[in-house]
Amino acid sequence: MTNAVEVAQLRARIEDAERLGRIGRAGRIAAPSPVVPAPPGVARLLPDGGLRPGGAYALGGSAALLAALLAAPSAAGAWCAVVGIPEFGIEAARGAGADPARIALVPEPGPRWLAVVGALAEGVGVVAVRPGGRVGEAEAARLAARLRERGAVLLVQGAWPLAEARLDVEHREWSGLGGGHGCLEGGAARLVVTARRGGAPRRGRIALVGKAAASPAGRETAVPEPLTAVG
Amino acid sequence: MERCLVLWFPDWPIAALGQAVPTDAPVAVLSGNAVVACSAAARRAGVRRGMRRRDAQARAPGLRIAAADPERDAREFLPVVDRIERIAPGLQIVRPGLAALRMRGPARYYGGELEAAEAILAQLRTEGLPAARAGIADGRFTAEQAARRADPEHAVLAVPAGGSAAFLAPLPVEAIEDGGLVPLLAQLGLRTLGEFAALGAGDVQDRFGPAGAHLHALAGGRDSRRVEPRRPPPELAREIDFEPPLALADQVAFGIRVAAEEFVARLAERRLACTELRIVLADEAGGRSERVWAHAASFDAAAVVDRVRWQLDAATAATSSPDALRDGVAIVRLEPEAVDPIGEHEPGLFGGATDDRVHHALSRVQAILGHRGVLTASIGGGRRLADRVVLTPWGDRPPREPGASPPWPGSLPEPLPAAVPPVPVPAAVEDALGAPVRVLDRGGITAPPARLRIGGAPRAIVRWAGPWPLVEHGWDPAAARRAHRFQVVDETGAAWLLLLEDGAWSIEGGYG
Repeated sequence: MTNAVEVAQLRARIEDAERLGRIGRAGRIAAPSPVVPAPPGVARLLPDGGLRPGGAYALGGSAALLAALLAAPSAAGAWCAVVGIPEFGIEAARGAGADPARIALVPEPGPRWLAVVGALAEGVGVVAVRPGGRVGEAEAARLAARLRERGAVLLVQGAWPLAEARLDVEHREWSGLGGGHGCLEGGAARLVVTARRGGAPRRGRIALVGKAAASPAGRETAVPEPLTAVG
Repeated sequence: MERCLVLWFPDWPIAALGQAVPTDAPVAVLSGNAVVACSAAARRAGVRRGMRRRDAQARAPGLRIAAADPERDAREFLPVVDRIERIAPGLQIVRPGLAALRMRGPARYYGGELEAAEAILAQLRTEGLPAARAGIADGRFTAEQAARRADPEHAVLAVPAGGSAAFLAPLPVEAIEDGGLVPLLAQLGLRTLGEFAALGAGDVQDRFGPAGAHLHALAGGRDSRRVEPRRPPPELAREIDFEPPLALADQVAFGIRVAAEEFVARLAERRLACTELRIVLADEAGGRSERVWAHAASFDAAAVVDRVRWQLDAATAATSSPDALRDGVAIVRLEPEAVDPIGEHEPGLFGGATDDRVHHALSRVQAILGHRGVLTASIGGGRRLADRVVLTPWGDRPPREPGASPPWPGSLPEPLPAAVPPVPVPAAVEDALGAPVRVLDRGGITAPPARLRIGGAPRAIVRWAGPWPLVEHGWDPAAARRAHRFQVVDETGAAWLLLLEDGAWSIEGGYG
């Protein structure tokens, strides 16, 4: 383990402890740092109740989940960047509530994708990336330091060392479509959130697409399922 | 507020065609497929600006058509400017066919504003120049509007000092000639400059940014330009030497592109935008061409390059003129003649207010990947999902204001697929017996789809709907495309939007 990784991990542990109020800077109990908003159904499953500035999150392959996670920050005026995901559907993101004018696209970052992500972390609030190759712990730790310094959030479609949490979508269900009739109206799925800090994975149903996902009232209907045995 | 005289030569692109066409023939100059200028005869026949070629030809059957050429317009205009300058020095070219002059000097010399304008027009007539109109008002914008509305008999329209707002109020909003803002104002129900000017300045600044605020000020008759233009510091000027000298305009234009960008960027660093630009061209044989160009808003790098090209074109063509160049260009000098303070950023360039950090980060990525490496998307028209998205490199102006997309018949209902491959991915759809599913002539299908193949192993289709016909360019048999859309959910829980075109299946989008 290199020094950079060790320092990053220790710093993360100190920050975790600070957030939980165990250590207060200057003797006071630290207030929880503000988080980047996420759809309520997702937020209640996340360890911090939202996306933690400086944190990296590993997502499964669900494009709808990514669009949903970019919706709130971009609509609130934060800049987002989507790197290495050429099929990112900007129109669906708008349907989910995102502001297309606040999303920068880097569809083909090529072999220097990590440098691109590093440059974006300097100025953009949320960076979504599909890695163009394997990432070592040392590289991830260097990037994590930069993210923390700037308060940016990294969303990774794929595997990522030192991810704050892993978000997987399973049991997708679609409404409106029949056997040869109807048309797609909405989709829901079970979201499984596995936090790095341990604890059992948390599961809950979320609306993936459709009117239920776009309207805030609809998001509230996403009720967490009772915890089931971890497979 | 400074009194200003604007000289307007109506239908300049037609006049620039010169002897090539008879004066009484119907002639139109087209850019793309739209009329940008037409002769008086064509106008009498009903041809108007903005009209499509086919409509214009229908109105005036004998219509002669010429392609628009801004360089030709500039080349023909600059000698005219030289002749006006002999009567009244200090002329600024706004664009070919339109020139502005500070009123104070000529008014004092000729003993009055109207007298000065009449004298200049009379002189132009004796020199056989095309009919010009003159407008006199506070500020260049109002004077230009006045010149355009001067009646052909008197040819001079003066708006009294302080009367700009009242003069402008009844004019249509199209007068501000801003392609992005005018449709938006029309959507807001604002038809006249007066209605636009009545909006609160703060609201306009919030919604339309500094560029909108500038136009708002113009519409209200408050031209922001000072009486004495602020002389920018001389170190902002930029000189480019060519060794060896360059003979071709294209080479020069290419050679100054980077310098023009730096020139504009250095002004922007000081929160200044160049509104009047002095360009000096010199060759090694002692030839020298010097002109001042004005811009309605402010010069960006591309506009600077255009002006250099126009000036160079005219200077090499006019061999007899005192400012002719006889040899290749050795020196190009750009001097900001007048500047305006700007807001946070060059407005409209980055889709609204963008803070420096974002711009810096995205520009750095462009430095790594190239200009087209970072894109912003706006949603335009079209039926296919991949066609609807308009991608613009970061820093370039988006093609139109986003949010103005008209409803498209046959477009997909919400929700839309979250994954849209830029190029459709080939797939195969089979019925229960393994035969490919096809759509019959009457809109039915050969058999219900049972399996979906995307590259690897087949997946069972559990639910589906379709076909929905998709007809594009149905009016044109050569370009017409017919396809059918299906929605399917496969056994893994993934939902897809499929396209069947000419017997081939592909994936247009994924909903997951």
